Amino acid sequence: MTKNILLLAHLDESGNGLPKAAGEALGAAVELAKQLNASLSIGLIGGDVQAAADSVANSGAQRLLAVMGSDFAQPRFASDLLAAEALCRTASADLILAPATSRFLRALPGLAHRLNGRVDTHITSIQVVDGAVCATRWFYRQRIEGVFQRDARPWILLLDSGCHEAYCGPSGKAAIEEIAVALPSEARRTTIAGIRAPKSDSQTIRPDAALLFVAGAGWTKKQPDGKSHPEQAESLILGFLRASGASLGGSKSLVDQSGENQAVLGFMTHLNQVGQTGATPRHPKGLSTCCHGEEPHVVGWRFINERRAINLDPNCGWARGKADVLYVADAFEVMAKVNDLLKKPQS
Amino acid sequence: MSNGYHIVVCGSVVPDPLQTLEPIETPAGPALKNEMLLPAVLDPWAAHALYEAANLAAHAAGSKVWLVSLGAKAKLRQVMMTIAQKVSFELVPIDGPASGFADAHATAALLAEAIQSITGLDRSRLLLFGGWESASRGAGVTMQLIGERLGILDQFQGVDQLRVQPDGAFEILERIEGGRHQVSLCQGPPALFGWATGNLPEPRNNPQIGMANMRAIMPALQRAKTAAPAPDAIRYRSASPPKQQRQTRIVKNLSAEEIAREIVAWIEKA
Repeated sequence: MTKNILLLAHLDESGNGLPKAAGEALGAAVELAKQLNASLSIGLIGGDVQAAADSVANSGAQRLLAVMGSDFAQPRFASDLLAAEALCRTASADLILAPATSRFLRALPGLAHRLNGRVDTHITSIQVVDGAVCATRWFYRQRIEGVFQRDARPWILLLDSGCHEAYCGPSGKAAIEEIAVALPSEARRTTIAGIRAPKSDSQTIRPDAALLFVAGAGWTKKQPDGKSHPEQAESLILGFLRASGASLGGSKSLVDQSGENQAVLGFMTHLNQVGQTGATPRHPKGLSTCCHGEEPHVVGWRFINERRAINLDPNCGWARGKADVLYVADAFEVMAKVNDLLKKPQS
Repeated sequence: MSNGYHIVVCGSVVPDPLQTLEPIETPAGPALKNEMLLPAVLDPWAAHALYEAANLAAHAAGSKVWLVSLGAKAKLRQVMMTIAQKVSFELVPIDGPASGFADAHATAALLAEAIQSITGLDRSRLLLFGGWESASRGAGVTMQLIGERLGILDQFQGVDQLRVQPDGAFEILERIEGGRHQVSLCQGPPALFGWATGNLPEPRNNPQIGMANMRAIMPALQRAKTAAPAPDAIRYRSASPPKQQRQTRIVKNLSAEEIAREIVAWIEKA
């Protein structure tokens, strides 16, 4: 029987508000608290959390707890863990929901050990079935979907972004209960030096883009003239990204070429890789080019709703029920025309 | 660092990514159909961790690399035939289930116990490596749980780069949202690194390294303790592959211009 739910969140990089994923996790927590008739608390971690607390002041949470100060402004395993532990112990929560941000994915599994609880990550939905809380997540890299429950408490659930409606309510004036946490010297051995963007002439990874554009190894292969044209490929792909605002993904075979001294696309890094050993991004639409659509890559498309592909092979993986539309065509020619059309003012 | 590092890499075996996976129900919960017959590979991100460990050890005299691996003995033997040819390491095998449905908490307890039992391991020089997330469970929690059991307070996940500074400190690049990296500075070992892809290519097979490794690996596999993770309270209600199969429209007879118009219209449709 779940009595106390705690929503854990940290401030976003601006240091003022909450990340989008935290709003979604709060939306799930509010809904779950209603279903279970449980009390809801919110625990915030960051430098100065007042503005963020005000933004959720009318969410129905009974308590607004916070660990704040400069020691807790930066994402660091040791300090985040201490802060989260203090919040959880104060809230005495048996169910702890949190956004699956990189910061919390790093720290909260350790929290489960400290609380003698259990943790599950990448949760895509939470339901109450016969009075029991059940979580859903993917196994084997998006190839098998499992629904499960646990008896152990506290149970920490980290919700993936894009899986729940975000909490949306009016701001208010929050009364914060500040929890004092002293950071020991051993928790200060790591310092955060900053954020570094990947080496590229522009940011190509855009999580909020409406379209995912995936480039496969075919872009660097020999063309009908017997030569490869990586410069032309770069120009076409970057031109399309600029014109469409799409996010760029790559197949493993293309991304790996940089380590094998083959013709490469300079802006493509392992961070762009989509698939079994890469990312599983969430976008409403996806366009694949010069990629065969083999299963290890396509598992990374699990959360792409509308899928189209351009490939010269009519029997490629995309044709076998993995894309909505497969254009059997030369991607160089098609993307050049697409770029021309996107540049023209629309009538 | 004069005495080098003691690098322990945690990595298990997973089904080859090209295999079709079909879940089945067993009395112990979900499992993969014909799991023991599926060809296996070393978990991809754990493999990157192993290559990074070997590279770091090669540049710090006195370092040593262990690979702690939980899996069915037969599968471990099969995977070691390949992996042992890549880089030098000492295998610490645990004969047990490597299923993605096994509970991470129980798995972490077994791995932590195995690490603590390594003879000659200097915990003050310990660097604990592993994959950021596995290709089986894919939860990204096992390493942190092991780290907590070993009392390691400096932990990093989604690591793409680890650089040793002249003063012995580490500069670490961790993946964060938006395709960027967080840069951290850590004073030194002990520390834990859950690796993403890193920057190293897969090493070429070297039969000499393979022969040297296998001399110790085969006896270690024979001695491997059989371990069943403690039953946990995780209860599966269902485990199923996605059912959605799209009706693909294959467009063969349009010109590049016509296809481009169709694509642009589709992109611009709200």
